[in-house]
Amino acid sequence: MKTRNNKAWFLVLPVILVVAFTALLPLMTVANYAIQDVFNPQSRIFVGMKWFYQITNDQLIISAFKRSFQFSIQALLIQIPLGIAIARIMPKSGWRASAALVAVSVPLIIPWNVIGSTWLIFSRSDIGLGGFLLNKLFNFDFTSDPKDGWGLILTVDVWHWTPLVVLLVYAGLRSIPQAYYQAAAIDGASSFAIFRYVELPKLRRVLLIAVLLRFMDSFMIYTEPFVITGGGPGDATTFASILLTNIAVGQFDVGRAGAYSLIFFIVIQIMSFLFYTVLTLQDREEVTKTK
Amino acid sequence: MAEIRLENVGHSYDDGATFALKPITLTWEDGNAIALLGPSGCGKTTLLNIISGLLTPSTGRVFFDGVDITDLDTAKRNVAQVFQFPVLYDTMTVRENLSFPLKNRNVAKDVISARIDEIAELLGLTKYLDIRPQKLRSDLQQLVSLGRGLVRRDVPAILFDEPLTVIDQNFKWTLRGRLKEMHNSTRHTLVYVTHDQTEALTFADKVVVLNQGEIVQTGTASDLFLAPQDEFVGFFIGSPGMNFMDASVSNGDVSIGSTLIGSADGDRPIANGDIRVGIRPEFLSLSSQGTGTDVKINRIEHRGGYKLIHADGPNGNVVAKLANDASFVAGEKAHLIFHPERTYLFRDSKLCGSVSTKGVKQ
Repeated sequence: MKTRNNKAWFLVLPVILVVAFTALLPLMTVANYAIQDVFNPQSRIFVGMKWFYQITNDQLIISAFKRSFQFSIQALLIQIPLGIAIARIMPKSGWRASAALVAVSVPLIIPWNVIGSTWLIFSRSDIGLGGFLLNKLFNFDFTSDPKDGWGLILTVDVWHWTPLVVLLVYAGLRSIPQAYYQAAAIDGASSFAIFRYVELPKLRRVLLIAVLLRFMDSFMIYTEPFVITGGGPGDATTFASILLTNIAVGQFDVGRAGAYSLIFFIVIQIMSFLFYTVLTLQDREEVTKTK
Repeated sequence: MAEIRLENVGHSYDDGATFALKPITLTWEDGNAIALLGPSGCGKTTLLNIISGLLTPSTGRVFFDGVDITDLDTAKRNVAQVFQFPVLYDTMTVRENLSFPLKNRNVAKDVISARIDEIAELLGLTKYLDIRPQKLRSDLQQLVSLGRGLVRRDVPAILFDEPLTVIDQNFKWTLRGRLKEMHNSTRHTLVYVTHDQTEALTFADKVVVLNQGEIVQTGTASDLFLAPQDEFVGFFIGSPGMNFMDASVSNGDVSIGSTLIGSADGDRPIANGDIRVGIRPEFLSLSSQGTGTDVKINRIEHRGGYKLIHADGPNGNVVAKLANDASFVAGEKAHLIFHPERTYLFRDSKLCGSVSTKGVKQ
């Protein structure tokens, strides 16, 4: 009979406390708001699930969520393949490799609202170089054309976050032992076959992380549309988090915003879980088979 | 199947400061099984990778059947190579792994499947064909790797880089036998890198011994054993290796210390001066009667079929391999008896002659 010793719980206690104060308690505040209608700090009434019913029927919110989904899917479809492509052509060693890594990482170390302002100015068709040149090609104006606004935010997100995918994939590629490439050369594999049968399988775990991170971040995108388009033109770039902020701090409707936040939080959890489950399906199949 | 010729081929990993493989010139005939034998870091894998094209030599040219292929990439050379550790395609089944080299070269489907069955049979992989190699034990994985090397028939050469390292001892023998059998029927040129002398000597028609980037001797198993051309070969081949003792030559007489052991016998006259006497433990005996080079026995090792006698020689340990009935005890004094035709002289670590005991009373 094994002696049970529960002292280990004391070791986890600090973590539980930290998580409680940084995540659980604030979230509970939000949950508290979500079931009340708060008029001012002194007067509030309990409304139960009213906000939740209202939100699930609110076309404004539903379309903001749809927009966020659409945006995330497009961001993933562009950033993952682009990131892999860039990582594959980057130099493998020497000063060139270091230089390439630094160059690629630049977008990741610029403050987000600086990125927003930079692109805002760069893309203006009157004073920005990018906007001016694009305007020569077609009638580009992200402040009035919803498609241009959407395209610009997507471009900024690709510029900002593809480097993360590149770095992850690059690290993944570097960890593939040289012997695999040598064997593939002996076996006469084409460069596509090397990618398909050597690199891609070895990158699976890294890509899982990249997809999860990129999905969550792009689904929650806030700073760039806030700075550049302010959610416009019209509501073209009013993503879920922009709308949430409008409700929470614009209209100060904390009850509705609380319910909205919880739903937002749960949607991200569910989506991440789905991605993770689908992408690791193969691993688990293998484990069960060997048993 | 091809003759492999290297002309002045050498390689340096640091732009010529040191050579991992010093420039060598050699020809390996078509259909031979050649073993490259040497300690770790002697340049044998470097040489193999130069032949397969994974490495471009810093100097020299490589020829297959007289055609210069130095600048041809690995895939175009069409050689097969098996690595020391299993290298497999994770997402493919064993069957797909084995057929990959053929598929890449557009071999017809029915030819592929017939060939896979044959190879799987040879390596005992038939029942694993439809599962992923990840699920196999590492020795079976190595067999799949080996199979990928053997699957093509039209290769000029098959190169093995210590392919049996991870295979279990008993199966190693079986497998070596099967490889040998396969070689006898297909007569591919085989190049086999190993640091295991038994493996090299049993497998190959010709053994190339490398040390510090240089070929020190090429020959059959018995050449290497009976007539080592270099102190390194004497020491490296054989178990235990050759005994070496400092000696001197004066007017054709070889002496260890002040004891005369015989007369120097070489193709060319051997000049006076310091020399080293080399003799394998198999050819060294001991006697407690008479006189000669004195040694003190300090340890006797029973090895089943024979005894190894370790003794304090004139300079350092000497080992004699004697029959089980030899009745020496530790601590006893004895003197060495040198086998007349198997006692060699080395100068600057190269063979320069032998010791003949003609006319010398031991």
